[in-house]
Amino acid sequence: MSDQSPALRLEGIVKTFPGVRALDQVSFDVMPGEVHALMGENGAGKSTLMKVLGGIYQPDEGRIFVAEQPVVMTSPLQAKGEGIVFIHQELSLAAELTAAENIFLGELPRKSFGRVDWATLYAQTDEILGKLKVGFDARTRVGDLSVANQQMVEIARALTVDAKAVIFDEPTASLTDAEKVVLFDVIEDLKATGVGIIYISHRMEEIFRITDRISVLRDGQYRGTLTTAETSEDEITQRMIGRKLDLTRNASHHELGAVAIEVRNLSCGDLFEDVSFQVRSGEVVGFYGLVGAGRTEIAETLFGLRDPSAGEIVLNGEEVRINSPAEAIEKGISLVPEDRKDQGLVLGMNCRDNMTLPQVSDLTAGPFVSDGAEIAIFDQYRDKLDIRTPGWRQTVGNLSGGNQQKIVIGKWLSMHPNVLIVDEPTRGIDVGSKSEIHKLIRELASQGYAVIVISSEMPEVLHVSDRIIAMFNGRITRTFASEEVTEDNLIQAISGLGTESVA
Amino acid sequence: MQAGKLGSYLKRGAIWGFIVLELIFFSVAGEYLSLSDKAFMDAGNMLLLFKQSAPLGIIAMGMTIVMINGNIDLSVGAIFAMSAVILLDSMTWPVFAGLGDWVIPVAWLLALLTGIVLGAINGLIVWKTGVDAFIVTLGAMLGYRGLVFMYNGEQPTSHLNWTLVDFAEAQLLGLHTATWFLLLVTGAIWFLMNKTVHGRNAYAIGDNREAAVNAGIRVGPHMMINFMIIGFLAALSAVVFYSESGSVNPNDGELYELWIITAVVLGGTKLTGGAGSIISTFGGVLAIQLLRKGLAHIGADTSTVNLVIGLILISVLFLDKQLNVKAREELKT
Amino acid sequence: MPTAFSKEAIGGVLARQGILVAFVFFIVGFTLANERFLDPDNVMGVIRSSAILGVMALGVTFVVISGNLDLSVGSMMSFSTIVVLDLHDKIGPGLAIPAMFAMTLALGAFIGFLVGYLKLNSLIVTLGMLSAIHGLTLTYSGGKNMDIDDKQGTWFSVFGQGEALGVPVPILVFALLAAVLGIMLAKTPFGRKVYAVGGNGTAATFSGIRRARVVFSCYIVSAFCVATAGLIQASRSLGSQNTVGQGLELEVLAAVILGGASLMGGAGTIFKTVIGVLILGFIQNGLLLMGLQFYVQYVVTWVIIILAVWLDIAAKRGRLWSPIA
Repeated sequence: MSDQSPALRLEGIVKTFPGVRALDQVSFDVMPGEVHALMGENGAGKSTLMKVLGGIYQPDEGRIFVAEQPVVMTSPLQAKGEGIVFIHQELSLAAELTAAENIFLGELPRKSFGRVDWATLYAQTDEILGKLKVGFDARTRVGDLSVANQQMVEIARALTVDAKAVIFDEPTASLTDAEKVVLFDVIEDLKATGVGIIYISHRMEEIFRITDRISVLRDGQYRGTLTTAETSEDEITQRMIGRKLDLTRNASHHELGAVAIEVRNLSCGDLFEDVSFQVRSGEVVGFYGLVGAGRTEIAETLFGLRDPSAGEIVLNGEEVRINSPAEAIEKGISLVPEDRKDQGLVLGMNCRDNMTLPQVSDLTAGPFVSDGAEIAIFDQYRDKLDIRTPGWRQTVGNLSGGNQQKIVIGKWLSMHPNVLIVDEPTRGIDVGSKSEIHKLIRELASQGYAVIVISSEMPEVLHVSDRIIAMFNGRITRTFASEEVTEDNLIQAISGLGTESVA
Repeated sequence: MQAGKLGSYLKRGAIWGFIVLELIFFSVAGEYLSLSDKAFMDAGNMLLLFKQSAPLGIIAMGMTIVMINGNIDLSVGAIFAMSAVILLDSMTWPVFAGLGDWVIPVAWLLALLTGIVLGAINGLIVWKTGVDAFIVTLGAMLGYRGLVFMYNGEQPTSHLNWTLVDFAEAQLLGLHTATWFLLLVTGAIWFLMNKTVHGRNAYAIGDNREAAVNAGIRVGPHMMINFMIIGFLAALSAVVFYSESGSVNPNDGELYELWIITAVVLGGTKLTGGAGSIISTFGGVLAIQLLRKGLAHIGADTSTVNLVIGLILISVLFLDKQLNVKAREELKT
Repeated sequence: MPTAFSKEAIGGVLARQGILVAFVFFIVGFTLANERFLDPDNVMGVIRSSAILGVMALGVTFVVISGNLDLSVGSMMSFSTIVVLDLHDKIGPGLAIPAMFAMTLALGAFIGFLVGYLKLNSLIVTLGMLSAIHGLTLTYSGGKNMDIDDKQGTWFSVFGQGEALGVPVPILVFALLAAVLGIMLAKTPFGRKVYAVGGNGTAATFSGIRRARVVFSCYIVSAFCVATAGLIQASRSLGSQNTVGQGLELEVLAAVILGGASLMGGAGTIFKTVIGVLILGFIQNGLLLMGLQFYVQYVVTWVIIILAVWLDIAAKRGRLWSPIA
């Protein structure tokens, strides 16, 4: 490997957004025929880095080399032209077209009169699909394929260009175990052809199985490259998180109140099954698991956005049915949703109106919304949460992610809920705001709120929770008290390992 | 996956099933209610059906490709009228006085050119300004109609050329000229959308615009070409229709967009783009014309036709929604 | 290089307040061209003839801000007009008016149910209803024009022909309705919810807003406005064709868009819609006073609509030309 020159090399990449240094001097290289993992927590800068590589963002500083030639990526198209191919988590396919048309999208072979040369198209496609050993042919409509096979179509696309580097972004997120095996074989084959591969994943087990080296990002900074064969999960985790975890810090020191919410044997189709837990007033319960483990879906069910197929929800000792968010709010449940921009905020509205939206009907003087009452609430929570905005008239879309999140939290705190559910409270937020929000969650508990925190970030869950519920594949695998949790047993619990020993 | 496949076959076949139902219904109902003694499924009646479908059908083919592309065109009625005015008026221009019957191809050419240019203006605006096609063509619907009125006030524009009338009324292999045009256009547009790179790219753009852009497909020119095609087809429809009638009122073609969009949606083309079939649009056009004829056959008046078509359109939308529901997957938002 | 303008630049201001700037520009231009333009009688005449369109535009503004379309208002207005004229002679104006309002609101409720509760695409639903209500009107009237028997002896004409305090009643109705609905949209919880639902329907639901109910209510408001417009129309002419409202849906939409309401929802105000309506009216009038054909206004409207929307989105994306390759 050492006598070759890198397929792809990044040198001192810097990218800043207003208020955030998303990438700070990131440098690493990928050799031909290497599978190079890129790891880091959510918000560490991986997706920003990929957008820089893909020509969607322009870096403020630094250079990109493909086969040691400096290149400037100005668009996804140009990145593809340079031989950088992405296999996105969200697939970019046209469902109504055939596999062949998708694979050669934008480059359909032509005959006279602008006709598509179908014979050539299908022949070339079948040849590529043959290499990938997939079970469908060139003429299959992509919309009729499984997610795994759609992913194969994207991979096949990489084979049509002279790819120097292929980037897989969480490719196994929605694959079954059998499909994963097929994918790993394909990656091995790709590797053998001398392509450099960047593999982004949170799943340690996959990282150790298929990668050669691992580069780690933390808070936008490059934290070194490790050789997979010579490192350990511990070492990687430590670099990702930056410290040995302090696991005892956050057990509650105040008395817990009565059970605020209890869930018994709740199921929702095949999204989650037989889920039971309870949360007391003054307690923070963390839900930890991989994406797709069913955590968000539980929150959505408690908030009236999904109908459970079985089980009961008990609030303050009384069994309830919750058919809509409006009903959930009436019953004292609030949800700070996962997707701030799509679910949390009306981005075109001002700060005050967003914050008072759930209770606007109650803030009235006669038939009209009372400006004074609204501004009073806004001012109160702006001060309490330290929201930095020029004034309530500011359009929410113009605020930083952290301040946006605080508006959403303020929105729900001002409703004085009995149960507050917070889904990914610090996603896409800078470090400073993160710790403020963590502190806030602890304070809420000490004031007697029952809080459920859903997070994909282990340190966050450990930091804020009194108890941690681990989920895997739609089921609760284990519930930990704060003092019994370790990094190892938590990771085991969420990856489906060792479930039988606990139950 | 099989269920999805079955669903899509069902949907593709639905319009033809609907046509068969209409035929049966009107034939049976006609026995009891019909004002005339003639059977509904009379060969002559069916041939007439094709001919009467032509003016809307030709434009509907254009609407299908514009909608597959992810756009819409509300200005087709006005383009239709403007092209008709140019067609009839240009034959009386003194410049062409010496041409004799050779004025016909010249007038046709001018009319078709009018349609292409008006379509190109729409396409260029959509492309260059990024304003939604709905708004652009809504404006053009008013603007182009204004041009029609400015041309000749509220007077009809008339010119009968008997050679032209003979041509329009001619039959070849039992089919009227208009029917031949409809079939030819359907064939050509089918070929365009299914066999050419432009057509396949148009599908890709409507289906997943970002993917198309990232694959290097130039979205703008494709959209503009499709607007030019629908402009051309609106003009062609005018050429076919007014060659025979010889007189155009400035209000002609009003509400055409409504009928055409109804036919296209009945044929299963998605409003959001990316999906739609030329053959099914052909079915949609026939279904609507059949409904108009059928209702007339059993003695219902235009009012019932309007009522029924409106309700059918809404029912189709409702059924389509029900078929596509993924009960537990989707949030109740 | 694309022309880039920063948010502080004149271009941005122009685009945000563009509709007002254009309005002033037209007024000044037309006044210079013809001094009769600003004559009070002329101004009153313009507003009066815009009143029907204007009243309908008020309701459609609610629908558009909530993120939907209403193409059925034209044929619904024909329906209201025909029904109230017919019932006038049958049950007397005192009962005919509430009966007509009830029937029109029922149509609005049907559309609101389809779009709000069944979540069907509003473009297609209202397109279908355009056709269906037209058919309903024709069936109701038997295709005949509708006329009041005793045109002199009814107080019914007051809505279209009367005057109060020297101002024509249609203008008063338009002004009153604009004020009430303007306050409703800007100041009440319902108005706030309309903006929220149109701005981000998912986030509105996540905030406990019953989205379907809000959308439904917007169509009710729209139907109420249509019924009012039908009342004015019927009262003004005391007789009507079945197609009196045909094509109005698009002029109404043009006025609303011209006023700056976004078809994406979440943006627009009643005040701006009124300006949009007045611009359409004054353009029509100004061009006529300049001796141009009536139909030139269509072409001018076309250009203005596209310029207005274009400048609006250009300011939002920070560049004049679209990034479409």
